[in-house]
Amino acid sequence: MGLSPVIWQFLVKWMVSFAIIPPEASRIAPQVDALLVFMTLVSLVGLTLVGLLVTAFSILYRRDRNPVPTQIEGSTLLEATWTIIPLGLFLIMFVWGSVLYFRIYTPPPNAMNIYVVGKQWMWKAEHPGGQHEINSLHIPIDKPIQLTLISQDVFHSFSIPAFRVKREAIPGRYTTVWFEATTPGTYHLFCTQYCGTAHSAMIGDIVVQTPEDYKMWLAGSTSGVSLAQNGERLFSSLSCGACHNGQPDARGPSLANVYGSKLTLTTGSPVLVDEAYLRQAILNPSAHITQGYAPIMPTYQGQISEEGLISLVEYIKNLNSNYRVQQTLNTTELLPEQPDKGAAKGAAMQGVAKP
Amino acid sequence: MSTILNLPDQATARVPKRNYLTNENGIMSWLLTGDHKRIAILYLISITFFFFIGGALAGLIRLELLTPQSDLMASDTYNKIFTMHGVVMIFLFLVPSVPATLGNFLIPIMIGAKDLAFPKINLLSWYLYLAGGALTLGAMISGGVDTGWTFTTPMSTHFSNTNVITTGLAIFIAGFSSIFTGLNFIVTLHRMRAPGMTWFKMPLFCWAHYAASILMVLGTPVLAITIVLVALERTVGIGVFDPTKGGDPILFQHLFWFYSHPAVYIMILPGMGVISEVISTFSRKRVFGYTAVAFSSVAIAVFGFFVWAHHMFIMGVSNYAVLVFSLLTMLVAVPSAIKIFNWAFTLYKGSITFETPMLYAFGFMGLFTIGGLTGVFLGTAGTDIHLTETYFIVAHFHFVMVGGMLMAFLSGIHFWWPKLTGRMYPEKISQLAAVVTFIGFNFTFFPQFLLGMLGMPRRYAAYPQEFQVLNVFSTAGATILGVGYLLPMIYLVWSLKYGQIAGNNPWQATGLEWQIQSPPLTENFTTIPIVTQDVYDYEWLERQKEHEVTHVG
Repeated sequence: MGLSPVIWQFLVKWMVSFAIIPPEASRIAPQVDALLVFMTLVSLVGLTLVGLLVTAFSILYRRDRNPVPTQIEGSTLLEATWTIIPLGLFLIMFVWGSVLYFRIYTPPPNAMNIYVVGKQWMWKAEHPGGQHEINSLHIPIDKPIQLTLISQDVFHSFSIPAFRVKREAIPGRYTTVWFEATTPGTYHLFCTQYCGTAHSAMIGDIVVQTPEDYKMWLAGSTSGVSLAQNGERLFSSLSCGACHNGQPDARGPSLANVYGSKLTLTTGSPVLVDEAYLRQAILNPSAHITQGYAPIMPTYQGQISEEGLISLVEYIKNLNSNYRVQQTLNTTELLPEQPDKGAAKGAAMQGVAKP
Repeated sequence: MSTILNLPDQATARVPKRNYLTNENGIMSWLLTGDHKRIAILYLISITFFFFIGGALAGLIRLELLTPQSDLMASDTYNKIFTMHGVVMIFLFLVPSVPATLGNFLIPIMIGAKDLAFPKINLLSWYLYLAGGALTLGAMISGGVDTGWTFTTPMSTHFSNTNVITTGLAIFIAGFSSIFTGLNFIVTLHRMRAPGMTWFKMPLFCWAHYAASILMVLGTPVLAITIVLVALERTVGIGVFDPTKGGDPILFQHLFWFYSHPAVYIMILPGMGVISEVISTFSRKRVFGYTAVAFSSVAIAVFGFFVWAHHMFIMGVSNYAVLVFSLLTMLVAVPSAIKIFNWAFTLYKGSITFETPMLYAFGFMGLFTIGGLTGVFLGTAGTDIHLTETYFIVAHFHFVMVGGMLMAFLSGIHFWWPKLTGRMYPEKISQLAAVVTFIGFNFTFFPQFLLGMLGMPRRYAAYPQEFQVLNVFSTAGATILGVGYLLPMIYLVWSLKYGQIAGNNPWQATGLEWQIQSPPLTENFTTIPIVTQDVYDYEWLERQKEHEVTHVG
């Protein structure tokens, strides 16, 4: 019975390229693999030991050879041995694995942040420079990249096997993961959390480039508007500046340099202003009132898309002074033909500015 | 020991005319029975039915995965099939498998009782199981459900248009059957042990079921609550799991895994109980370190409640919570390691024979060891990130559930078949079936570890070309495995009529169940036995036989 040559060639090709681990293309990958190898070795030793014991006893003490069994109660010493040795090994794995875990999920402060929005069934990446991608992610080598993930519908999971990292994209909450790619190439991007009909089509490419290629890609893919610029546009069109303008009589707190600062809420609890806080404060302001301000901000739940929120957050993150906010306000105020019964936002702005 | 009924040995034995099977006739005598043995048989028939439904679905999954494209069925169909495979196998087969059949049949006999504490609740639990099963089938036929057996929100609450509530209701109802079984076992083991049957004279099978029962009684209600919350969220939108209403979608997973992790131990602990009995009997030795094995069951049950978040390491839970849950996961791995080594050393200086139950038990030890050790890969936080949600985890839990639990179930079914039916199964062909199952199993699931290492995500109807070879291996293995499961189905039915007559104690085992006639009387014991011998007391058994020879012969 001969094997079909097609199958034969297929098998040969597979055996030649046979791998049990994906390529190691990130700084963390070899470290994860080292632990995987350690655990595999321990498992093989353990399995061999159990196998040898069972086989040896089965041969030595089979009925023909040993017709009369010797009753043994047990042995505290032996039992302690096989309690303590596995426990010790498991604890080593626990410590080693926890160190890696903290490394994978604690981004360094200098990491470049890229936002990723998951939805049924695609991945949308938003680069700070305004480059948008769907089902692919271009990144440079040798630069720590932080991903800030969110889902706009169900749970998804952003998995890059070649980097040994994975993070869930959760509705209504930012999660982060970081990595530093080491080898240029194209790698798999999978959605690993089951998310409905086209779950298995929610895949893409991670394109790792040399810094030069990456620059070229950035230049060639820009939309012309960075995330922060887009955020400023939204900020202005939603009239956020009517209250958040930094003037002494402003009805909302100043947002300049607010990112990274510590605030006290009216509830008395202190909060650290990060991306997640900013997002929540826009969507659900009444639960996030800064001390000294009235709860007058309306909710923007359902009015701004996740991408819009990302732009706003990115804008506020980079806001160092209220100069441009006030400029925008003044420009609106100076417009002579602004009708009194114009849009509600216009009226509000005039009300603030005029005595 | 004159209180224990002794019948002549196997060579001259006949199936006793009066036993629990012949005591009453007619379909109503079965449907309205309070006899724990008859209920066990009813359960055995029903779970076998659902096992083959779940198995057929598994076959379809493997057939689809033969090629990288989604070509046998649309991806929606594939999603519904793997969901149904999970629901049927977990809630309708694995959870009730050993406890509701062998546990139901044997626990009262092993402790010298005439029945379980609440015979009518026992029957009710079977009807609830049937109702749950029928609803599940109904949900499947009327369009299926596509959320995965994990019912993750907001997928299950806001995005799925399939029969989520019907399936949820089915699981809710089947859950109560499990609670009732657990409750029955706990009360029976506390209150109905025969005189002299102290806790530490109980077979380890009873200890394992006691631990599993605690999990059933305390864990299953949480699942019931979770299902109710999902149903309320779907119907009236209460918002507990909805972030736009201030709810938390991760809360669902905390609640779900608070049941579903202990559920793993509900499934595996009774299997471990079977293995303890089988290994002791076929090496003719008491279990090495009886107390350690007994307490390791309880330890697994207790620790099992505090490891649920290890299913959620990548979900954005606090890094420090991950530390705690990872550490506790390592601790729960230890009692399982203890059990494996204690079983291995039970063989030491034994007098070992290799009948079918023993072969399955060896298979269990090997596959469960692999399943347990790969669990450590997943409990270790750093490597879990790479391996979770891939085929590695699929392979891991199939090694534990199928390689472990199903092997234990088959081992137990063969071991107690003579007691259940009064007849022997055919030895040679069943040894063959055990070997075929073991080979087929490894062929099916070992390649999946490699696929997971390479990063192939689970629940994919289509996958990149490079994963095909390993998937072909897996599908090929599944066909062998299928043969391994069909064989017992055929020869066990055959043996009901043509099997050799078993006699009371074909294995010369020490349990009380082997000292009474096969199949037992409806009342199990003519008079309640007084237990003087120790557990696994083979010397006592020898003395008994000599006594019989001098007095009867």
